[in-house]
Amino acid sequence: MNRAPSIVVDKLMKRFDTFTAVKQVSFQIHAGEIFGLLGPNGSGKSTIIRMLCGLLTPSSGSATVVGFDIARHAEEVREHIGYMSQKFSLYNDLTALENLQFFAGLFGVKGSALDERIAWALKMAGLAGSERLLTGELSGGWKQRLALGSAVLHRPQVLFLDEPTAGVDPLSRGHFWELIHQMSREGVTILVTTHYMDEAEYCNRLALINQGLIVAMGTPTEIKHLAIKGTLWLVECNPLGRALAVVKQAPGVIDASVFGAALHVSVDASRQPLTELPTFLASHEVRVDRIELISPSLEDAFVSLTGDRTFSDESAQ
Amino acid sequence: MNLRRCAAMSCKEFIQIRRDRRSLAIVLFLPLIQILLLGYGARLDANHIPLYVLDQEGSQHSQALLKAFQASPYFNVVKTVENYGALVRAIDSDHCKLGIVIPWNFSERLDDSGRATVQAVVDGTDDNSAQLAEGYAQAVVANYTSGVQVDWFARHGLANQATSRLSVDDRTWFNEDLESKNFIIPGTVALVMALMGALLSSLTIAREWERGTMEQLVATPVTALEIMVGKLVPYLVISLLDAALCAAFAVAWFEVPFRGGLGTFFFTTTLFLIVILGIGYMISVATKSQLGASQYALLVTLLPTTMLSGFAFPIHQQPAPIRALTYLVYSRYYVSALKRIFLDGAAINELVPQIAAMTIYALVVGFFATRAFRKSLQ
Repeated sequence: MNRAPSIVVDKLMKRFDTFTAVKQVSFQIHAGEIFGLLGPNGSGKSTIIRMLCGLLTPSSGSATVVGFDIARHAEEVREHIGYMSQKFSLYNDLTALENLQFFAGLFGVKGSALDERIAWALKMAGLAGSERLLTGELSGGWKQRLALGSAVLHRPQVLFLDEPTAGVDPLSRGHFWELIHQMSREGVTILVTTHYMDEAEYCNRLALINQGLIVAMGTPTEIKHLAIKGTLWLVECNPLGRALAVVKQAPGVIDASVFGAALHVSVDASRQPLTELPTFLASHEVRVDRIELISPSLEDAFVSLTGDRTFSDESAQ
Repeated sequence: MNLRRCAAMSCKEFIQIRRDRRSLAIVLFLPLIQILLLGYGARLDANHIPLYVLDQEGSQHSQALLKAFQASPYFNVVKTVENYGALVRAIDSDHCKLGIVIPWNFSERLDDSGRATVQAVVDGTDDNSAQLAEGYAQAVVANYTSGVQVDWFARHGLANQATSRLSVDDRTWFNEDLESKNFIIPGTVALVMALMGALLSSLTIAREWERGTMEQLVATPVTALEIMVGKLVPYLVISLLDAALCAAFAVAWFEVPFRGGLGTFFFTTTLFLIVILGIGYMISVATKSQLGASQYALLVTLLPTTMLSGFAFPIHQQPAPIRALTYLVYSRYYVSALKRIFLDGAAINELVPQIAAMTIYALVVGFFATRAFRKSLQ
């Protein structure tokens, strides 16, 4: 597999009036790689993708996609990419087949490739035989796979997916990711944004984004180890609020945050939190129901990293 | 420009028009409704205008004039009254629109000098009808007195002068049949084209924004020019079909003469549509909302076409500043061309000023329209 970078992003920045959505972001994505942008809503993920697709003009910085500069050669970029927007944006008043024919026409797919690619997309979307249904009447999973099919009719080298699985049932999500991995194996470079932490695990590499900045980058495993120092413990206790307030003073505790109805507490590896934590919390009138060693998730990493970020931003002011 | 991409775009637009009830209604019914409404409703001539006559003389001449009014299809002589008060009351109570007063010295003056005056009292509440009634009355009186005048001049050995003086009778706002439908209906084609073209084209880009489909469109290699051409060609084709429908209806139903060539008709209509569709498209690009765009488009296309194109309200009767303004109204040239194609049978080479003006407009609008839309989400 060719490991030359397929996407190079250099200090890309986007300002809307007074609001800076993306602050000097840099990364490289290799051909055939699945690269994820993970972050909460409003963190700037979609803005990055839109700049790379030529939908928005960067305020500063530069980027190339398959060797074409996104600012100077936007049309060439568009011929080599597929884009699936966050909001479903095929035509609801066209049938599945008509949508595919329309986008095939725009991408210049013709001759024998036209019929072959449309048949492939319908099969992939599970719409073979239902191609005359109006797109507006299809369910979420079908729509999503039809949108994917429309975006790759012209066999693009790079595929941009903006929150592709939002609002799609878990079964369809699993099926969708299988399709993405298959395309990656065929050499397609994929840049995907998501705010589903579990989905980020499907990516080869990730960039964690918060408030327009990349706070960590690497494989999912690397990011977890980078973010979580020591060991991570699940602590079920009562009352939760007081527990969170005091637990950070406990001996060896590096960080703590609320996950659901429990705390995730990272502790210096040399310590013995199994005995030390319940004792400490009991002295602050917190009852510990359960304490258990867990392996860190990306969510842990994200909360840990963005917590740091917020703190340093505040201290800088 | 890639024709395959244009074709894909046009094909998509056709399908969308076919599936959208609103567009379909605009395309299929609007032209017919418009031409029927305007054909029947917007007539400026009046027939059987109720008329009262006060004959103060009661002579042979005055009775002959009364008969002339009775014979005219434009008047219905309701009554002859005995005094002026009765005439005024009849007008006040809306029993008549026009009162004719034949003075006591009518015959005397006619015999002495070959000219005489009658007084016309007109109900001016409806300005247009009043003008028409007065005009028709003048025509009847002039027609009658001219017969007398010819005799008078002949008796005084002034036959040459008689013919020269009597030839002065120009009222350009009557066509030869004194029928306003022939004057108005050709112009309704312009009105229908302006209304339809503006409504349809103003939706094109705004619809993509409103439905969120613009984002996907911008991410494809299709260029702004291809989007514009691909989107507007279907509307041009449909509008031309509707123009043909309107013309056929005007001829078959309203019996308006169509003396020109179809080629001239479609050529001038195409030029006009390029201007209208281009304006609608630019408005669509600028407003990004279907409702807003259609409102603006109607304001910019339909309003001037109705008021300032000479479609029904003759341009030369308008005040000078407005008259000057009409030279800027592109529809004026099309309406003028339409009337001449329908009524005079004018060929392309006889419509050079109109075609030149419309070509300039088409080029200017086309130039700005191709630059109006930029493929970006900003």
